[in-house]
Amino acid sequence: MAERAPLWAVFVLPLLLVAVAVVTAGFDALLSAGARSGRSGSLREASVRATSPGREVLRQLVQQPRRTRASDVSLTRIGTALLPVAAVLAAVVLPLGFRSLSDLPEGVVWFNAMEALAWAAVWMAGWGPNSALSLIGGYRFLAQGLAYELPHMLAITTAALGAESLRVGEVVDAQAGLWFAVWMPVAFGIYLLSAMAMAFWGPFDQPVGRDVAGGATAELSGADRVLFLGGRWLLLVVAAAFGVPLFLGGGHGPLLPGWAWTVLKTTAVLAFLVWVRRRVPTLRMERYVELAWVVLTPLAIVQALVVAVVVLNR
Amino acid sequence: MGVTVFWALAIPAVVSGTMVFRFDSMARATFSLLTSLLCVGGLVVLLGLDYLGIVIVLMMTIEMAIMAVFMVMYMMNPAGLMPMTMIHNKKGAAVLCGLVFALLAGGILFAPWPARKGRAPADPTMDLGMSLMGPQMLTMMTLGMALFATIVATVVLATRRGRYDRLGDDLRARHADDPVRGGVGR
Repeated sequence: MAERAPLWAVFVLPLLLVAVAVVTAGFDALLSAGARSGRSGSLREASVRATSPGREVLRQLVQQPRRTRASDVSLTRIGTALLPVAAVLAAVVLPLGFRSLSDLPEGVVWFNAMEALAWAAVWMAGWGPNSALSLIGGYRFLAQGLAYELPHMLAITTAALGAESLRVGEVVDAQAGLWFAVWMPVAFGIYLLSAMAMAFWGPFDQPVGRDVAGGATAELSGADRVLFLGGRWLLLVVAAAFGVPLFLGGGHGPLLPGWAWTVLKTTAVLAFLVWVRRRVPTLRMERYVELAWVVLTPLAIVQALVVAVVVLNR
Repeated sequence: MGVTVFWALAIPAVVSGTMVFRFDSMARATFSLLTSLLCVGGLVVLLGLDYLGIVIVLMMTIEMAIMAVFMVMYMMNPAGLMPMTMIHNKKGAAVLCGLVFALLAGGILFAPWPARKGRAPADPTMDLGMSLMGPQMLTMMTLGMALFATIVATVVLATRRGRYDRLGDDLRARHADDPVRGGVGR
């Protein structure tokens, strides 16, 4: 079972998440620039490319924000601020090594509930500016949510079922021997897909797609834009990091201490998600919803059944 | 501590519940209702029913997000950009609400509440579930299946295109004929 972290960790957790998100964004920017204009020749050029997200943040903060006519400013603000808040709240149950901020008895459900707040956040951010393109983006995310949520819930339930507990610490303890990713590969695969979908990342980036001029982000500018897109990075980091205690054994591993294993595994999952975005084209949601409901949901149920039978025979 | 948290959640719950009827935008009304329900979820956690409270937060968030689509869709003013009101039959509604409130408040104040016997259980959610469903599990499972079958049946009856439209009169077409291409097997 995970230990309680000290109280100061409450202030460290958001900073840590932001730091990981900034590093990931820098790495992604480096890869993007490399794909656009060839490999960076010098270390200096590489660092200029890697810090481009930081410069973009500064630019957004100092430039004059745009406002659309008859926009619902308060709804937009709540939506954009809710996205990072939901990501940080979801991270409360994330163990670093074997310590989490709060090892709630219902940690897995808590994570799911906080991640679902993103549905409301993206829709509000899309609705608020009173613009057709951002409205389309907001509605796309709801359609995406309906597609990914069903198999996603079954996948995380399967992990909880394998540990016979909804407490994240006990899910980690149950993987001291064999990782859940090894004997629940289908659930793990589905989890990785839905981790991308909940952060509207990679093949699931239609809610902020280029075909609708940025979708939900189309009219966001200034601090609103920084909060929303930053919140999306945080959500991606948290979704990737939660796969580690659920399926990859959390802090368990030889030689290195628990926290180092957590960081290593989280880095690996994040690197995989960043890589997938470059390899897989954007999926149209009506295609994915069919795949999710006709193929993934039955697969997830069969996986849960197999795990349930194993657990009952233990 | 508990009392402070109670009021910190109870007041926003009532205020945002009232605001549902004051806002003139469908989107704001929807999310005001969501705020109220999230506060209620927090109050359930305060009662010691953590699992139920968190599930209320999860279900209500998803439900209200989808509800936003339907509320906006079925409204007379589709984009919700024109001011509108949630209240119809204002006087009748006010009288009914007042009566129901008086009835419930009277019940709370005048009911002879029993004193606590024994101690609170270690896991109240478990006990609540057992007393609600324990002896009635078969009934609940049957009910669940019946409800699910009803949902599927209504969707099947409501859909314009059936399997004969998709796969031909003898259901032998190799590829389903769908208005939207793509997806599984096409």
